[in-house]
Amino acid sequence: MTGSIVALGMGLAVIGAGMGLGSIGSKAMEAIARQPEAVGDIRSNMILMGALVEGAALIAIVMCFLVA
Amino acid sequence: MGRIFLVFLSVFMLSFSAIAEGKSDKFDPGATAFHHIADANVFSIGPWSIPLPCILYSKDSGWSFFSSSKFGIVGHHGDGHKAVDGYVLNAGSVNRVRPGQGFPTGEVELFSEQAYDEAAEGGHAMHPFKHKEIEVKELNDDGVEETKMEEITYFNYNGKDYTLDAKSTADGGLFGGGITSYYDFSLTKNVVAMLITVFLLMWMFISIAKAYKTREGKAPKGLQNFIEPIFVFIQDEVAKPFLGHHWERFLPFLMSLFFFILGLNLFGQIPFFGNANVTGNISVTLVLALFTFFVVNLNGNRNYWGHLIAMPGVPKWVLIILTPVELVGVIIKPITLMLRLFANITAGHMVMVIFVGLIFVFGQSGANAPVSYGTAIGSILLTMFMMAIELLVAFIQAFVFTILTASYIGAATEEAHH
Repeated sequence: MTGSIVALGMGLAVIGAGMGLGSIGSKAMEAIARQPEAVGDIRSNMILMGALVEGAALIAIVMCFLVA
Repeated sequence: MGRIFLVFLSVFMLSFSAIAEGKSDKFDPGATAFHHIADANVFSIGPWSIPLPCILYSKDSGWSFFSSSKFGIVGHHGDGHKAVDGYVLNAGSVNRVRPGQGFPTGEVELFSEQAYDEAAEGGHAMHPFKHKEIEVKELNDDGVEETKMEEITYFNYNGKDYTLDAKSTADGGLFGGGITSYYDFSLTKNVVAMLITVFLLMWMFISIAKAYKTREGKAPKGLQNFIEPIFVFIQDEVAKPFLGHHWERFLPFLMSLFFFILGLNLFGQIPFFGNANVTGNISVTLVLALFTFFVVNLNGNRNYWGHLIAMPGVPKWVLIILTPVELVGVIIKPITLMLRLFANITAGHMVMVIFVGLIFVFGQSGANAPVSYGTAIGSILLTMFMMAIELLVAFIQAFVFTILTASYIGAATEEAHH
């Protein structure tokens, strides 16, 4: 039983991270389309933000593994 | 190109035919994936296992030094058919027979090599080390006896079952993994992969540094030409914007981090060559994150500590909440660094194994040949696609680790301007 609850938790964590990454990606694309000359700055900041969002999801997933 | 693909295909089939051997057994993709990402005491190249030196210590039997070939590795699973000084080789990694069971010391033959080969040819691979769950009674914190389920690994020798000790960890099993009776200081697969990568990087950078001296004023050439853009990218996109005028002081640290992580990530991507999961090993990423932790906090200036402990302009009573949060943040930052690299690389390695495992899931462990062959084609294409993505991830994760380290250092060394 614990296994299925853990799976649910992992799924929720991934949904959250997916929404975050999606909005980062869409806004970055918009920004690049508006200011193509700033593509370098936008890209590195996008990756940085992506990494931070991903961090939260990864902690959740590792916690799921620990509980399981 | 066609020939390369053919070679790739045949080594691929050889490597994984190991799984198909256990026709009667149900294939467990999760367990297979965990076995493939784990550290091992053999370095496997394709279906062959190259023995590595074992350095083991236990309180009751002292130090043991020997090569893992002494275990007599049979088959593709990396199981040893001999026990040495109470140690056995289980799926490529050394385990100790739990002491106090009266297992004989010295070299002991567990099963004959011939029996193993015959079983493999008959389509029923021999699995000398088996798992089962047993009930263990132990006292909890309140002194009340309670039963817990514990998964143990055991093997049969001379009609008696012997339990294996939990895999040794550097902390003696205090942080999970269970208390172990031995310590493993061996030159494992990961250590060997790390040494190879370090020597490759050293050779590369020393030869490039020489090239800058001998070819001064000329256009870069060869390896120099390949590394220079990457180096300049990290310098201009990571070090300079985040570190301000301190960038030259921290550039060597950032570059070491970046190329070390990138080198290890890429080395782990080489198919059939050890597949060492070094940056997917939490102890390795823990040490890398600790470096960042110390570099950030030892270089933190007055301003950084001031903002951490008592933020200026914040009412006193709010500090009761804010200060603990900020202090926890100091520890959380390296922890996320550690987990991010570990989880990304481990997930990449596991996905690859599981995609290949699909062949055996759909082909019912090799029993349904047409479906197996059909899935194999799809699976190989999918795996190659994943490998291309993993190549990108190798770069991105090395970059992210470096850029986050740079931003933490930048925040800690920033001058006050208000």
